[in-house]
Amino acid sequence: MLEIKDLKVSIEDKEILKGINLSVKAGEVHAIMGPNGSGKSTLASALAGRDYFNITNGKILYEGKDLTELSPEDRAREGIFLGFQYPVEIPGVSMVNFLRTAINSMRKYREQDPLPAGEFLKLMREKKKIVEIDSDLTNRSVNEGFSGGEKKKNEIFQMALLEPKLAILDETDSGLDIDALRIVSNGVNKLRSPENATIIITHYQRLLDYIVPDVVHVLYKGRIVKSGDKSLARELEEHGYDWIKQEVDAND
Amino acid sequence: MQTTDKYLELFQQNREQIGKEDPLFLKELRDAAIKAFQRDGFPGRKEERYKYTHLEPAFDGKLSFDFQPRQIHFDDSEIFSCDVPLLDSNVLTVLNGFFHQNGEGILTKLDNGIIYGGLKEAIAQFPDLVEKYLGKNAPTDDEPFVALNTAFSQDGIFLYVPEGIRMERPIQIINLLLSDKNQMVQHRNLLVLERNAAAQVIICDHTLSPHMFLTNSVTEVYTGENADMDLLRLQNEHNNSCQVTNTWISQDRNSRCQHGTITLHGGIVRNNLRINMEGEGAETSALGLFLTDKMQHVDNYTVIEHSKPHCTSNQYYKGVLDDISTGAFNGKIHVHPDAQKTEAFQTNNNILLSDTAKMQTKPRLEIYADDVKCSHGATVGQIDEEALFYLQSRGIPKEESRLMLMDAFTWDVISKIKQLSLQVRITDLVSKRLRGELSRCNNCAMHCEH
Ligand SMILES: Nc1ncnc2c1ncn2[C@@H]1O[C@H](COP(=O)(O)OP(=O)(O)OP(=O)(O)O)[C@@H](O)[C@H]1O
Ligand SMILES: [Mg+2]
Repeated sequence: MLEIKDLKVSIEDKEILKGINLSVKAGEVHAIMGPNGSGKSTLASALAGRDYFNITNGKILYEGKDLTELSPEDRAREGIFLGFQYPVEIPGVSMVNFLRTAINSMRKYREQDPLPAGEFLKLMREKKKIVEIDSDLTNRSVNEGFSGGEKKKNEIFQMALLEPKLAILDETDSGLDIDALRIVSNGVNKLRSPENATIIITHYQRLLDYIVPDVVHVLYKGRIVKSGDKSLARELEEHGYDWIKQEVDAND
Repeated sequence: MQTTDKYLELFQQNREQIGKEDPLFLKELRDAAIKAFQRDGFPGRKEERYKYTHLEPAFDGKLSFDFQPRQIHFDDSEIFSCDVPLLDSNVLTVLNGFFHQNGEGILTKLDNGIIYGGLKEAIAQFPDLVEKYLGKNAPTDDEPFVALNTAFSQDGIFLYVPEGIRMERPIQIINLLLSDKNQMVQHRNLLVLERNAAAQVIICDHTLSPHMFLTNSVTEVYTGENADMDLLRLQNEHNNSCQVTNTWISQDRNSRCQHGTITLHGGIVRNNLRINMEGEGAETSALGLFLTDKMQHVDNYTVIEHSKPHCTSNQYYKGVLDDISTGAFNGKIHVHPDAQKTEAFQTNNNILLSDTAKMQTKPRLEIYADDVKCSHGATVGQIDEEALFYLQSRGIPKEESRLMLMDAFTWDVISKIKQLSLQVRITDLVSKRLRGELSRCNNCAMHCEH
């Protein structure tokens, strides 16, 4: 589904990703872990099409197509979803208007008619249940005044509505209380299917107890320096990153 | 010849014609005004108040000026109807600065004492009433454009709401500019609310022919004790126009006033707004929103005078500038020495949609009392890239995402308009304007290309 080959990304001449190789197949869940500042969010943004990065080398193939040629909106319409680490507040744009516009843009891309108002509301109600999101939130402006946890739940809510093929969740677990973590994980698990894939960026093993990954990668200094199965996450939880850092830095 | 001299000459040569039937007080008012104008003249380039808007060249052009209403035959119901859906209003039309009778009489006097209609007629029928107010709020020695208007203006709209009367139907003043040559217009509105009175007035400025129009108008407003005044101006003139508005409002004790200026279109627009809170406990809010593109220029210049204690003022001004358009906001809050417990707030936020648009913003706080709460904030920025990306990442095309953010930005001001039907109407007009559709009123059959 997703093939990243020797991807190098820089911001203002500073190289942040220094040759990423990653292959994600349909039905898989990949976890990406790694110390702060190692480039996890940069990778996620590059996949979603944020344009202040320069892709200086490599390829991103999504379902066989060159992703870098698509605008962020077309990537979304092709089924890519980014759950933001820091969802932005957009005062004055109501959640309802935002979600309706998003859904109908997706439908238009697929040459479907806009969703009738009644059906849209029904869909909202249905999906709200999955993330047990407070009704009140959808009456407000996008993320405005949402608590940290509410913002994260809102990301999963949007994911549930948009039904992506490839979801990239950037630290969706940070800031969630225990119950919310369970709810969010359930939400993600419900949306799992043999046709879909998920990339989970996280710092905590705990989330991976709920959403069991097929592969765990460690990103450090802009490279994937280690990959393994779910036991790697447990190892990191116990020993931290020092042993990996030492390995890598010794080879530098 | 200097531009100022041209106008002095124009006045002297036509002194007989201007205000032929003026009562004595008005003759004296005009003479004092022209003297003040002679002394001050058009503001020069160095004049601080007009730093960003140099108006003299516009006044120097070859313009015709009507001393009498010209008979222009048009069926306004057919070619023009500025409808505000859901808003059942008394529509008063002003054509090239003169009251234009359509349907209602020149001056309507209701049983409850409300008077509205043409100012010239009001001067003839109620000279004592008009004398009490005309020119008292908008002094000629303060502002050359007010002086010029006081000397030349002959007509406009008069509204009088007596004590205790709360007007149900809004008054809608429609200023139409329609001519076969380049034209100057100077008209005047006088709006008086006595104690405990309430009224809502909407002023719409429109150009109906592609000629160059230069308008210098004065609107004087008296808000009596505990009265409610709601005044909204919708400017929608073409790019070949120049408009100077002078709105001088006074507020008595515990009165409430909301003033709004929505500038959808215009070539050069300068709005002078002065609100003087002369009584304790008065509240005022001044809203402003402008949208410019091409070579348009909009300059909002506000002065809020906190003369008495316990008054509150809120100013919200926003601008959206595209292409090579320019804008300015100059907002002064003046808190007088005995105006303790003043609360005065001001924000001015602007978005530049191009690298070539320019905005000047300058708050000025002059505070001479110590127990006050004042704040101001001004920003000039681009559209929020983070927000834009967020919307795009949900499948919404870039252009549509941009428009959603613009709608949100402008809604911040529009949402503060009290009357819901007006809110809806203006939201629609602004949204059309942002989408590049000409935002003339829906029923206007004039397909102006400007
Ligand atoms: N807009 C930017 N301008 C300059 N540097 C940036 C920018 N965005 C990210 N960086 C830098 O790129 C590096 C990688 O950042 P990134 O956000 O991808 O890290 P991360 O792995 O997601 O970290 P965390 O675990 O803290 O979320 C950091 O050194 C960061 O400072
Ligand atoms: Mg990150």
